[in-house]
Amino acid sequence: MVTTMLAARVSPGRVGAVLGRNVAALRTGPSYWLVLLSGFFEPVLYLLSIGVGVGALVGGLELPGGGVVDYAVFVAPAMLAVSAMSGALSETTFNFFFKMKYSKTFEAVLATPVRPLEIALGELSWALVRSSLYTGAFLVVMVALGLTSPVGALAAFPAALLVGVAFGGVGMAISTLMRGWQDFDLLTTGQFALFLFSGTFSPVRDYPAVMEAVVAVTPLFHAVELVRGLAVGQPGWGLLGHAAYLVVMAVAGLVFAARRIQRTLCV
Amino acid sequence: MRAEGARAGSGPGGVKPFAELSQASVTVAGVSEQPLIYARGLVKRFGDFTAVDGIDLDVAAGEAFGFLGPNGAGKSSTMRMISCVSMPTSGELRILGMDPVRDGSRIRGRLGVCPQLDNLDPDLSVRENLTTYARYFGLSRAEARRRTEELLDFAQLREKASGAVEPLSGGMKRRLTIARALVNDPDLVLLDEPTTGLDPQARHLLWERLFRLKQRGTTLVLTTHYMDEAEQLCDRLVVMDGGRIVAQGSPRSLIETYSTPEVVELRFPDEADYAGKLEGIGRVDPLPDRILLYAEDGDAAVAEVHRRGLAPSSVLVRRSSLEDVFLQLTGRTLVD
Repeated sequence: MVTTMLAARVSPGRVGAVLGRNVAALRTGPSYWLVLLSGFFEPVLYLLSIGVGVGALVGGLELPGGGVVDYAVFVAPAMLAVSAMSGALSETTFNFFFKMKYSKTFEAVLATPVRPLEIALGELSWALVRSSLYTGAFLVVMVALGLTSPVGALAAFPAALLVGVAFGGVGMAISTLMRGWQDFDLLTTGQFALFLFSGTFSPVRDYPAVMEAVVAVTPLFHAVELVRGLAVGQPGWGLLGHAAYLVVMAVAGLVFAARRIQRTLCV
Repeated sequence: MRAEGARAGSGPGGVKPFAELSQASVTVAGVSEQPLIYARGLVKRFGDFTAVDGIDLDVAAGEAFGFLGPNGAGKSSTMRMISCVSMPTSGELRILGMDPVRDGSRIRGRLGVCPQLDNLDPDLSVRENLTTYARYFGLSRAEARRRTEELLDFAQLREKASGAVEPLSGGMKRRLTIARALVNDPDLVLLDEPTTGLDPQARHLLWERLFRLKQRGTTLVLTTHYMDEAEQLCDRLVVMDGGRIVAQGSPRSLIETYSTPEVVELRFPDEADYAGKLEGIGRVDPLPDRILLYAEDGDAAVAEVHRRGLAPSSVLVRRSSLEDVFLQLTGRTLVD
């Protein structure tokens, strides 16, 4: 159903126009570059402080697929997934919400042939651009520090893109439900909880059983597992399950966001 | 629908250069049979509230058509349905011969919409607001740029082109919004209260621009609660109140039907019942602050007022306006 909907209604040109608007906004607003830059440094700082710093105290860590790696090698792919997540989320939450609710940008766009789903796709593409800038740069850092092989980096990059799309879709969906800026505190808290407890800093199998079960349904866990499996060079069929989770997340978020744009702005 | 002949002269992407607009559109107006807007029993409800309560409309190509009415009359809801953003609750609606539910995107591609509140993009420059918007309509980059340069002149915003939108005055923002609505060379331009909130000078400049569009043969549909605006710009208008159309016709014919050629406005220094004493001179309409006297001949009516020994503190004889029509139809003044 979704594919027919996509095929019948989506014009690549119009999705491109929505994406192009964001590129144009980038040229005009210099402050945006600072925001962009800070988003890249955050996971790098965590990698250095915890992965490398705390890692010196921890020593080696056994991977589920066998083999012992440095703690930093274990943490780095998780930080990669986190940077993909935060890149996509910052674009699809704060910026998306502002365009939808305050600057009435989407309202103006909806007076043209562009449809709600095309807005959502255009915004998601832009979020993906931002997310991939972060993850691309982060992978360069990882290879430079010897935390993954170039082959591992090439394999992890598309996975990181998928993580960006998944969180971008859900970010838009959440934004359409936001009542005001105060709701973003909740989002930030949720995002931080995911950051801490998604098998990022310690293997999930070391968590209490209940918590392990809870974590297994949260999104960043699947993102981390997928990216880590590829970055450390231990691909397996299990990764497909994680990838499928992220695909469902992306599509559901996208369709929900498009519906909400329609319901809220086309009344 | 636009006639084939007019399309033949189109540039790439079906968009004509602005300068050629006049000729082509006049041809369209001449040969068009189908109304650009056709509505029967159009209803829009929001929950229990009925904003538009069963209206019929026919707007032909080349017309300048107005919705006149106070706030809450249902004008904007009607405009949003015509602009294919909001779907009718019930009734029949055809825009450019197409069904908004099925062909919304295609129809919107041929409309130009100037909303009541400016929704220009604050993250883009004046020029980028136009080029970006053109891209939503599928114009090529080159076309978008060419069209933008033409419209910057039309909107008299050339000096501001590279600057941000935020520092522009209200009048400039409005002109930019209207220019943006013209970026796709629309068959039908919808303007929701185009001059509300502007100072008189800005209003007159805007009227002059809109009049120019009208002369070029562009079909204009606008809402307003200013009578002078409706009289200046509209060939035909409907008066809306409480979601219904209470009268329609040309401004002149509405005035002739619902009012007298002249109106005398009388103010008295005290609160005594003067309305009774004016009986017989013409139709009397007592308002809280003044009394209106509808007369064939204003000066003769004033003479009669004085002959009856009444001493109003101020007397104004004026031509009848749409305000009087509205007052007659709804029993209250229009500006609220």
